[in-house]
Parts: sequence; structure tokens; C-alpha cells
Amino acid sequence: MRKRSFFGLSKPCFHYELATGALTDPTAIPTPETVTVYIKQELKRTSSSLKVGTPVKTGQRLVLNEGDDICAISSVTGTICAIAPFLADYGRAWTAVTIKTEGSDTPDTDFAEASQAPTLETLNRYLAACPGEPDIGPLMDERNPVHTIVITGGNADLLIDTSLYVLKQSAEAVNAGIEVLRKATGIEEIVIVVPEESVQNYSGHLDARIQSVSSQYPYAQPLMILHHLTGRLPDEKGMASMGIYFIRAEAVAAIGQAFSTGRLPVEKTVAVIDKRGIKHLARARMGTPVGTLLKAFDVPINDKDKIIFGGPMTGNAIYSEDLPIGPDTDAILVQDKSVIPLYSDYPCINCGDCVRICPANVPVNLLVRFLEAGQYTEGADLYDLYSCIECGLCSYVCVSRIPIYQYIKLAKYEIGRITSAEEMNEQ
Amino acid sequence: MNSKKTLIVSHAPFWHDGSGIPERSYHTIIAALPAAIVGIAFYGTPALGVISLAISSAILWELLLNRAMRQPPTIGNGNAALVGLLLAMVLPASTPWWIVLIGTFLAIVIGMQIFGGIGANPFNPVALAFAILMVSYKNHLDFDAGLVNFTLSFPSSTDPLAALKAFGPSAVEGLNYMDLFLGKQVGALGSTCGLALVLGGLYLILRGFIRWEISVSFLAGVFVTAALFNMADPARFAPPAFHLLTGFTMIGAFFLATETSSSPVNFVPMLIYGALGGVMTVLIRNIGAYVDGVIFAILLINLINPLVDKIRPKAIGKVA
Repeated sequence: MRKRSFFGLSKPCFHYELATGALTDPTAIPTPETVTVYIKQELKRTSSSLKVGTPVKTGQRLVLNEGDDICAISSVTGTICAIAPFLADYGRAWTAVTIKTEGSDTPDTDFAEASQAPTLETLNRYLAACPGEPDIGPLMDERNPVHTIVITGGNADLLIDTSLYVLKQSAEAVNAGIEVLRKATGIEEIVIVVPEESVQNYSGHLDARIQSVSSQYPYAQPLMILHHLTGRLPDEKGMASMGIYFIRAEAVAAIGQAFSTGRLPVEKTVAVIDKRGIKHLARARMGTPVGTLLKAFDVPINDKDKIIFGGPMTGNAIYSEDLPIGPDTDAILVQDKSVIPLYSDYPCINCGDCVRICPANVPVNLLVRFLEAGQYTEGADLYDLYSCIECGLCSYVCVSRIPIYQYIKLAKYEIGRITSAEEMNEQ
Repeated sequence: MNSKKTLIVSHAPFWHDGSGIPERSYHTIIAALPAAIVGIAFYGTPALGVISLAISSAILWELLLNRAMRQPPTIGNGNAALVGLLLAMVLPASTPWWIVLIGTFLAIVIGMQIFGGIGANPFNPVALAFAILMVSYKNHLDFDAGLVNFTLSFPSSTDPLAALKAFGPSAVEGLNYMDLFLGKQVGALGSTCGLALVLGGLYLILRGFIRWEISVSFLAGVFVTAALFNMADPARFAPPAFHLLTGFTMIGAFFLATETSSSPVNFVPMLIYGALGGVMTVLIRNIGAYVDGVIFAILLINLINPLVDKIRPKAIGKVA
């Protein structure tokens, strides 16, 4: 963890990891005894095909009801041993399917036939849960047509370069994926965004326009890239109205790999960052419990430690070692209890550190006063809530240790709920 | 899904730069101490008594208020101690004990706690308390009258600003600027030594605890306004360097005007805020009724703080 420098006049300045070192192969994590995958839908009633005891093959789609588009991909061959509701962040209700590994890997052949025709329907049906987790929905939304596909090469958070690593390692698969995307969507404008100090590693090798962004945090945040490309930011209507579609490099590589081999990729590249800050790269089946990975690298976990999915600025802390790595888990960061910073309920003392570090010029000192009082719409109308690009730097420097970033996320979530409730009433 | 280990869960970010309110307060106290020590060296035990009583009573008032309002005690953050120390530094060494007690009550209770405590005070608590004391107990806070029984080896035995007010620049012509800068002048116990205050202020600026924009523009405001007055009529108005080195100018620029919750945070507003403070100071000194204008000037700029702080850069992605 970087501390404030003695000369506090200078602002803290972070740089992204650039994956410039020699490419070492990731450690292969053996298939665990059980894997857990999430179907991102509430568990109400299930069809006859999804039951405890049902055998599944590697790469098989798991759906709650026949004909559903929302699915999970089984990453192993075995039998389903548990189906349970799962409550994810922001009150989202999912279904957790646990599969007990049995016997040798038998690939599912369903996708091989579908892979002949690269259409959006095929992508949506099979690849929405592949590594990188592309959300195909916006591409199929006819009311808000997409005109540009932006492939984010770098990771948006510090310490992690998993995404750049995949982009570098599997340029062929990325090219194949770009071709599939072009065919399926008919969109010619495809941009790959990479940190500027690593541009020379990628330009010329890839079949898309390379756009560089500053390799200083937080210029690789999707919202910051959006602002860089268009000069605008989405309002409460969300990203869809902007006509720009974001997809991770890893997802493009997965799409390319899937269509050239006829098999759905089920392995995810994950960086495990241990308590000393040393990074280990691993390849594991999606759904592998975090504990298995940590054990593989001898990372000891004690009471009151913290395990984080993602990076130190915008990641998610998880509550159990048994939670599985998902298709969007690029890194697992482990913090010892002695270095965990605590938040406080002190009021803002108006020191202005947040205002000076904010890359989006948000008047954080005024905004947080409204958000603390629960006046979210006032914060959005008067003090630029929607200019926030969600980098977390304000909370990082806050002298009063106010969880500013959490207030901002909560405010956006609450306003989103109000807006969608109003839309429901109008219909 | 029952894990044997209990993990800590919180919202991002998971890093913090380690800054905190106690660190801020204690470093500001450290920065203010040299000037206070110079005061003790000049005025001896009475000065030490005023400082000790002010710090301890400020802490006690805050603790009392915490108890009365059934809040967890906040004295650990060092803010009350800082307010007590700064208040002592603007008082004369001869201040009677009951004025110190009233002063810290005004600063902590009227100046801060009734507005909601740290971060919520619209005025600098020290300036507010001193202004009320100055209006209420004029004789006790008169530096010349209070320090008449002290044996001081200063070049002038009267408060230079009071002499200027009464007799014009000719009365203070003989004063050496170096003596004034080193604190050899009659005045408050901790705000006369420009050297110690500048050192403390530079330390705070370098460490990022105060904003250089406010201090620099405050001093520039004093200098430019005083220079204009002096150019207009040298027989009536003192030269700018004299105004910089006397009275509360230095402590005001580095310790009072920079108080966080009553000062702006954006670049241009900070410059306006500081410069306006400097201009008001010289206006009050030269054509106003009071001997020293710093305290009232700071209260005035505290008032305009919310207004000027509306001048801010446009947030990204905003069309209107």
C-alpha cells in the first residue's frame, strides 16, 4: 500500500502495470473437486434438466428453464451436487450451481454445431458466460444502436495486468475474435485501447485501430476511456445511449478461441497477489474456489484478513474462501489484517485533498455532504455525481477517512432504482 | 459455504494514504510551537501560563460538550488542543485567567461545537473568539496596557501598530525590520516572531497540511494594498513591509486564514479568498477604527468562502 509522501504538496500518482516483463506461463491449477458457477437469474423454479444429480459435460450450458438465454457454462464434467440461491452485490439474486467433478473431461458438442454461424444470437446464447464475461445484450438492442466497439486492453485497476497479458499472449485468438465480432454485428469501427507506454507491443499485430490512453491511473477506467473518445459521459440513462460498446480483450480472445476450435473456453487467467505484494499468474477452471488457488501459491489466510476480487482501488471484498472465481475475476488480492485501513464516521473537514486529486473535477467535498444526508438527486443535479468515473482516489486520500466511493456507488444505485421504477410506472 | 475463517469485508478502495485528522492537528501544533516558544522566551512564566491554561481548558470544554451532547469524546483528534494553542498565541501574555477561560469557551463551544463540531464551523474559531474578546474586554487585550509591567528589551516599548494608528508612520520610522521579523516588538505572545511563524508555515505547506495559495495571496494582498496606500500618501500610511511584519499578519496568513473548514478548496477561490483577506486587513488598519484588522478580515473572508468556492472547474462530461 502506498502511503502519503512526506512532502504532501505533491499529489500521489499511480501507474498501471504494463505486462512488459518476460512472459512466463501461468501456473496450471488442477481441476478442483467441486466448482460453482452462477446463473445470473433468480432461482424460482427449475426445469427438469437442472436438478441435483444431473450429469453435465465440460462446456455445457446450464439454464434454469429451457429456452432461457441467461446461462452458466459448466467448466468441468461431473454431476450437479447443489443448486442454491445466491445474493450478489447490489441485491442481485443469482443461482449458484455446484458441480462435483467426476471422471475425465468430456466436451459438450452442442456449441460445435452452432459455431458454424457466427451470429449475435449464438454469441449471446453461448459466450455471455465465457472468460471476460461479454454482455452481448447492448449489441442486440435495436433502440440504441452501437456504432463503435471498444476493446479494453489494459486492466482498469492497479497492480493487475492480466488483461494485457492475455492480449499479448493470444493475439491470434483476439484477431479471430475481432473477425467474429465484425461478422456478427456488421460494425467496422473497432478500437483497442491500451496504455500508451505499451503501445509498441501491440500496434501492427492486431486487426483493429489501436488507441492509446495515459498509463497513469485512472485513465484506463471505462468511463474515462469513454470521455477520452467522445468527450461525454453517460447520464442516468446509462451507457446504452452512447452508442459505444465496451468489451474486454480477454472476452474477445475467448470468442476467437471458441469459434476457431468449436469448444467453449472454460479456463480463466487469474493473478493472485499475495500479502507481500508478489504476483502469481494462474490458469484455473472457472468456478474454482478461491481457497484452492490461494493454497496452490501457499498464501496463508487468517481471521480478519481481506480477500479482494479485482484491484486495490475498485475491487470487491469477498466474505469466504469458498467463493468461486468467476468469468470476470482478473485478480485475487490478499491483504493482511495489519494493513487494512479502517473507515470512520468523521465529518468532512473540507481540506480539499479529494477535489485536487479528482481526475473528473467533481466537487467531492460538497457532493459528499449531500450523499451523507441521503440527498442523492440533489447531489446528481447540483454537484456532478454523474461525472464521477469511479476510480476511488477521493477515498484513498480522504483525511477524515469517509468512504466516499461507497457513497457514490450507493447514490448511483439508488437513483438507478428510482429511475427504473418510474419507467415501470409509465409503461 | 461455511468458511472457518472470518474475513473482513468492506467497500473499495482497499488502500489509504494514511493521512488522518489527529496527524494533521498535531503537525500544525508542532509548526506553531516555535513561535509560542519565542513568546515564552520573551515574556516568561505568564506566557507559559496562558498557553497551558488555554490548551487544557479548550480540551476540557470540548470534553464537557461531548458529554453534554452524549457523543463519543473527540478530544483525541487534537483539534481542541490546536485551537487552544492558537488562541493563546494571539492573546497578550498578561491576559487574566478568566479571559482565557472565556476565550476557549467562545472558540470551542460558540465557534465550533454548536455548529456541529470539527468541519462544520463557518468561522475560524480562534478568530471568532478573539474578536468577541477584543470587543468585550478592550482594556485587558490592549497590548500596551497589559505589558506595561514587563521588562522588555525591545527597541520600542509600545505596540508598533498602535503607535502607527495614533501618531502616523513617523512614530515607527526608527524600527528596524529585522528586529520586527525576529519578534522584538510588543504584541501578542505568539504572533510577533515572523521568523518562527514563517518556518512553521513553510513546514505546513511542504507537508501539504495547509494550502500555499491562501498564505501567499494573503501576504500579497497585504503587501500590494499597503504599497498602494504608501505610494498615495507616505506621510499618513506606513510602508508595506511594516504591515507584513507587525500585528497578526504572519499568524493570520499561515495559521488562521488557512483553517480548513472555513476556507475554500479550489485554486481561483483560494487566491481570491487570501487576497481579499490581505486587502481587508490593510483597509481596516489604515482607514478603519481598529488597530489591527487581521482578525476581522479573516472573519469577513470566512463569510464569503461558500460564495467564492462556487468558482470551480467544469466537471468532465458536463455539457451545460
